[in-house]
Amino acid sequence: MAFVQNFPFMSIILSLFSGPLCSILSGRKAKWVNAAVIVIIGGMSAAVLGFVLGTGQEYVYTMGHFPAPWGNEIRVGVLEAVMAVFFCVIMLLCMLGGIREREEEIEDTKQNLYYIMVNLLLSSLLALIYTNDLFTAYVFVEINTISACGLIMIRQNGRTLVAATRYMIMSLLGSGLLLLGICFLYDLTGHLLMSNIREQVALIHANGSYHIPLLVAVGLMSVGIAIKSALYPFHSWLPDAYGYSSLSSASILSSLVSKGYIFLLVKIFYRVIGFDIVRDSKVINVLFVFGIVGMIMGSVSAIKESNIRRMISYSSIAQIGYIYMGFGLGTTAGIVASIYHIVSHAATKALLFVAASGITEVSGDSTDFFDLTGAGYRNKLSGIAFTVGSLSMVGIPVFSGFISKLLFAQAGVGVENTAKMLPTLIALAISTVLNAVYFMKTVIRLYTPEKKAVLEKKQFKQVKMTEEPAKSFALICFIVLNLFLGLSSEPIIRLIENGLNMFA
Amino acid sequence: MNLGNLFNNYGEAVAMILFGIGFSNLLLQKNLIKKIIGLNIMDTAMYLFLALKGFIGGRKAPIVTDGVQSVEAYINPIPSGLVLTGIVVSVSVTALMLSLTIRLYRRYHTLDLDEISTRLRKEGL
Amino acid sequence: MSKKVSQEKYEKTRSYRMKQWFDGTRDPFLNTVEMKPQKAFSEDKETLERRAEDRKELRERIYDTAGNTEVRVFRKFYRVASVLFCICLVVMLLAAVSGLPAFGNPGNPVNNEVAARYIENGLQETGAVNIVTGMILDYRAFDTLGESHVLFIATCTVLILLRLDKSKKGSHGIGYEAEEDRIYEPKNDVILQTVARILVPPIVIFGIYVILGGHLGPGGGFSGGAVIGAGLILYVNAFGFAKTERFFHEKTYKRLSFCALACYALAKSYSFYTGANHIESMIPLGTPGAILSSGLILILNICVGLVVAGTMYTFYVMFRKGAY
Repeated sequence: MAFVQNFPFMSIILSLFSGPLCSILSGRKAKWVNAAVIVIIGGMSAAVLGFVLGTGQEYVYTMGHFPAPWGNEIRVGVLEAVMAVFFCVIMLLCMLGGIREREEEIEDTKQNLYYIMVNLLLSSLLALIYTNDLFTAYVFVEINTISACGLIMIRQNGRTLVAATRYMIMSLLGSGLLLLGICFLYDLTGHLLMSNIREQVALIHANGSYHIPLLVAVGLMSVGIAIKSALYPFHSWLPDAYGYSSLSSASILSSLVSKGYIFLLVKIFYRVIGFDIVRDSKVINVLFVFGIVGMIMGSVSAIKESNIRRMISYSSIAQIGYIYMGFGLGTTAGIVASIYHIVSHAATKALLFVAASGITEVSGDSTDFFDLTGAGYRNKLSGIAFTVGSLSMVGIPVFSGFISKLLFAQAGVGVENTAKMLPTLIALAISTVLNAVYFMKTVIRLYTPEKKAVLEKKQFKQVKMTEEPAKSFALICFIVLNLFLGLSSEPIIRLIENGLNMFA
Repeated sequence: MNLGNLFNNYGEAVAMILFGIGFSNLLLQKNLIKKIIGLNIMDTAMYLFLALKGFIGGRKAPIVTDGVQSVEAYINPIPSGLVLTGIVVSVSVTALMLSLTIRLYRRYHTLDLDEISTRLRKEGL
Repeated sequence: MSKKVSQEKYEKTRSYRMKQWFDGTRDPFLNTVEMKPQKAFSEDKETLERRAEDRKELRERIYDTAGNTEVRVFRKFYRVASVLFCICLVVMLLAAVSGLPAFGNPGNPVNNEVAARYIENGLQETGAVNIVTGMILDYRAFDTLGESHVLFIATCTVLILLRLDKSKKGSHGIGYEAEEDRIYEPKNDVILQTVARILVPPIVIFGIYVILGGHLGPGGGFSGGAVIGAGLILYVNAFGFAKTERFFHEKTYKRLSFCALACYALAKSYSFYTGANHIESMIPLGTPGAILSSGLILILNICVGLVVAGTMYTFYVMFRKGAY
């Protein structure tokens, strides 16, 4: 067994261990420990990706002396390694981009607690990516929930506390339903390891016995995860949580946390139940309908907003609708499009949040729409970054958003059940137009010069690129990542397809 | 819907009814503390369901006594282990929700979530 | 022969107090239970008026059921829809339950080869007499590792929300809370202190017994830790924070949890690494039934028990006072 194969387990243990380590350190040392941990884990995941691509097949790593199904195990393939590398990169850039806000908004004595939350969030994301056991996934979903709540309420004003309360209530509902689904599935099959469950489920489905409980179990798990990742009717907690929390929290939450749950849902569909059985049960039709409604209603609500951060949060709801629509199509191409959109949306949404913070900084720290006039001239790099993000969201070629919309359209045309083709294409078109309305409106306002009288009265400051090295570096990296995803997407799509074949 | 089997599995049926009661508490109550109690009822119902899974009639608890190690002597140990994990998770989450409630009460002197949101909308950020 | 003493000295002796008690002239609570009268809870007039206005406005504009038909219809609709949704959920779940395998049946899918190996070979492979402890700390140890960290991170969030630090001044600074706590806490409650003196040592010893015997009988780190935590909370209630702060303050808890969780992570990484790379583990399993047996399980139980005890006590202190 090559030493590289130990790396996934080591990354999970390292990030779990760095949590208690940061609890005895002061705020400044905790910041360096956090950055070091993310960089090390990113490097290890890249090595694992290289190894798995080299051997061309996935491997199983037993956690303990006993093989599955008696002990735990984790499974590493191409898709998992790609996701791990990507999540580490995005998390590092988000943390870099929010350094100044963290020092201003969080009390000094509680800084190290914030870094504990981020470390444990990283560990739970890694565990959700690599795990091959359903109950381990539930435990780490709980760690994910609690650390996300901690990220929201670190800012401690009235709005974030209410947002955190609403988030916890909805999220615990989702966890409850997920656990109930897992219990039902355990009762029917007697196993907790994902591969073993699948064999038993295939047997049960062929037999025709336990028909209703199986359907109910699949439905409960899907609804539970849909509630936690803010699918349309269950999205009321999202705008407050993303709109009022600290900057690095908002970017990490919007790009990584909900995507972790969606990745778990992909695993459940492929590795626990088997995609054919999921397609036969009509669960994905329900997800499809909610996805399409979310796409349109999210954009409509975003148009009505006058607070720039809440506007970006509503656009998140629309993008999660896209991903669920991709699941609902029921073909492999649909899932590939959804996973590519996970990657692209994570990069773009984090870019938008960091750029928005740069813009509000030069507008007197106000997030209101009318104060942002002409901000593109006061902080050039943030203006350019926000424009790049908006163009990517709308779907202009060259940027990554265009590739994901293209993949969704291709998947929609190629679907066997033609009843789904027309709603997909119509919804794509309408939501592109709606996206253009509110994003372009903001970009135009950013580059309209402000009237001289107003400028003299308000005395906004100008910020140059070199004054904040960390944030500028993060913004430039995000822009490069977006262009890379947009221009050379073929290798990534092939990696995803390769990984998905190995996945089942 | 097999009614005979439903009466045989009466423990699980009671657990599902309790789950529904807890769920409706969480949605319908206005007082935050009563919502947290509803959440606890929901979690407890789930542990009842899981603990019933392991039971086999006429057998003893899974602690090896007198060197007897045959499968016919003990109940299934796996659901007990899962419930142990679940209880710790439930305690942690309840502590977190209660401290959020304390902070909200200290600031707004009310336990009604709707009233707090309305007042927030008035006072701005 | 009794020596005659002066009147003041006589009044201090025990026989005088006995005589007073017998005659009924002594008040047993005078000078022994000091409770200062509570300061009346008052807010300034402005806050009171503002709150009354807010409530009135809420009632009239938003909750106005008499005039505002839209709100009234929406509230009724929301209630009816929620109740219907819950009833549908319960009916669906009951339908699923009726399709499940029968209760208590040995031929269920749940009782398969997985459970069989745990029961038949559990003692030889893990060394633990208690099969459930062997399962959660050896076969499926990864879940328990995650679960300990759930407890840890919940403590961190409670610390974020409720810990009062010295840097914040004002009405929620540390001095005010501590002072308030002393005022309302009766200093020498006879019943509580006597009972605590009798009960707390057995409670703590019982907790230690449960932790150490986790692999020999029912028990384990989680239950034992909770018992010890309860003992500590009883002690704090009886004797006040001055006594417990002599041995348990913030640094204690931080170091305790760090050492315990680090030890746990180290032990488990050794176990996982040797297991996955098919290296023989060096830890001896000992004879089943002895305390020093079952490899790493005893150490893990102790670590988990310490963390849980500290966490329970920390929750209590944070909810009551906000600072150690």
